Amino acid sequence: MSVSAGRLRSDGPRGRWSGRAFYGFLLFSLVIGFSTLGALVLQVVLKGYKWVDLVLLFEPPSAEPLIAGAEPAILATIYLGVLLLLFTVPLGVGTAIYLEEYADRDRWYNRLLEVNIQNLAAVPSIVYGILGLAFLVRGIGLGRVLLAGAMILTLLVLPTVIIAAREAIRAVPDSIRQAAYALGATKWQVVWRQVLPAATPGIATGSILALSRGLGETAPLLLVGALTYVSFNPTILGEFTALPVQIYQWVARPQEEFRVLAASGIIVLLAILLTLNAFAIWLRNRYERRW
Amino acid sequence: MATREAIAPLRLRASRRRWGEDVVKVVLALCAFVSVATTVGIVVALFEPAIEFFRDVSIVDFLTGADWAPLFEPASFGVLPLVAGTLLVTACACLVCVPFGLGAAIYLSEYAQRRTRRILKPMLEILAGIPTVVYGYFALTFVTPRLQEIGLPVGVFSALSAGLVMGVMLLPTVASISEDSMAAVPRELRDGAYALGSTRFQVSTLIVVPAAISGIIASFVLAISRAVGETMIVLIAAGGQPNWTWNPLEAVQTMTAFIASVGQGDVATGTTAYKTIFAVGATLFVMTLVMNLVAIRLVRRFREVYE
Repeated sequence: MSVSAGRLRSDGPRGRWSGRAFYGFLLFSLVIGFSTLGALVLQVVLKGYKWVDLVLLFEPPSAEPLIAGAEPAILATIYLGVLLLLFTVPLGVGTAIYLEEYADRDRWYNRLLEVNIQNLAAVPSIVYGILGLAFLVRGIGLGRVLLAGAMILTLLVLPTVIIAAREAIRAVPDSIRQAAYALGATKWQVVWRQVLPAATPGIATGSILALSRGLGETAPLLLVGALTYVSFNPTILGEFTALPVQIYQWVARPQEEFRVLAASGIIVLLAILLTLNAFAIWLRNRYERRW
Repeated sequence: MATREAIAPLRLRASRRRWGEDVVKVVLALCAFVSVATTVGIVVALFEPAIEFFRDVSIVDFLTGADWAPLFEPASFGVLPLVAGTLLVTACACLVCVPFGLGAAIYLSEYAQRRTRRILKPMLEILAGIPTVVYGYFALTFVTPRLQEIGLPVGVFSALSAGLVMGVMLLPTVASISEDSMAAVPRELRDGAYALGSTRFQVSTLIVVPAAISGIIASFVLAISRAVGETMIVLIAAGGQPNWTWNPLEAVQTMTAFIASVGQGDVATGTTAYKTIFAVGATLFVMTLVMNLVAIRLVRRFREVYE
């Protein structure tokens, strides 16, 4: 790459104008993002705030919009969240420890593993849905149950958790490991008693952010059967619907009342996700250590 | 006796084999194996039924056919209308996320004060954290009516509305990866240009962007891959009828929207219609896989050059 020095000289008034136009364009880029965010929040809140009430939170869905609620969907989303954390955190942290502390980077299979995880992070979510449909719902005959949804969301967010946990583990300085080894610790003692406690805030933050991404997913759940009409509260091995899927069901109906109901559902969903995100950021600010 | 012990070479290795340590390593490797199994699972889940599908339907007809009507009699299995619909929505999304994502990245990396950046960047990231079903709702109930208000002849569903909203959703993806690669450009390059009398505009466009180009292209490729694979926005706002058109004002069905609309129902296992999910899914997976690998390689390159 080469640029001739002549082109790098400031070229008077003409250059100043193009500079200003460019600066204007840059600001406009940010305005696009923030004004959309603002319009989205306003649109949802203004349309839906009236129906965020006890009916929405504690009643089952109904064909009659006035008495339709989302209790089964909200509960299922909470169950999914708990299962998701139970599954992803051990698997994700285990993989991250393996890659950061144990794996030999020069081995081809370890490099392949890394590329594999990076690619999995970008595989379309609907493809995970197909995986769930083929293997969990039909293949091993689990059926269209909440557990199948939780497992598929686990695979979906696992790469995100792994990547976050690896960064947190990498940020722990080597001097800590060396000091522990010098005192006679075994490798696992070093990892378990020194590295992991030091990396916990980063891992927790990354896991919660991944959790909030998983709970907002709709497409894979459609394929594992969360679209069924469920008027009862969910169980782990029973049929289910989740909050984003419930919102989709309401959006897909042409009647205006259901659009309003969808907006109310979105307010609840965004409130849950925002709380999770705020908690993650608080964790990071409170416990993050700079070495 | 004592002196001989002192002379003997120190043994630094563990005095006995620690089986617990070995078990731990195996357990951790098993965790890592889950990711490999996922990829293998995806490939098997997609391609096994897809291959069966191609026993019923010729792969040439599938990839070159102009008519997609798998659930009608007589059925027709030309995937091109779905691919065209996907590309049309993706193009609309790129119209937003490529210029403005890059613009936001240049602003954050070259113009913003450190404090401004620390506030703006997480705020921009919020856009990437909003569930896609919410964007779909927004496209359908806000963007489409606004497009109609400014006089565009769009119906309830249109590729344009879905694409524009998707573009905003992808803006932080482009901005964040591009900004990372601009941050990796060494300061000396910028200082050299400033010393020759350059303005910030010239430094940004003639020095920083060319130096960070591999990361910038990676961000574009990744955004395109995400746009191709995005489901909920197009399912809600782009329409449900396969339609081979290049007019963004019309309604189209994308590959993902087709999979979602057929897969959510109770299609009987083993029928050709059921297998279309996998044939279209395999096509989608291959398209995004190629783009993801290109993006991963490009990101690795900018990391290697400057770090």
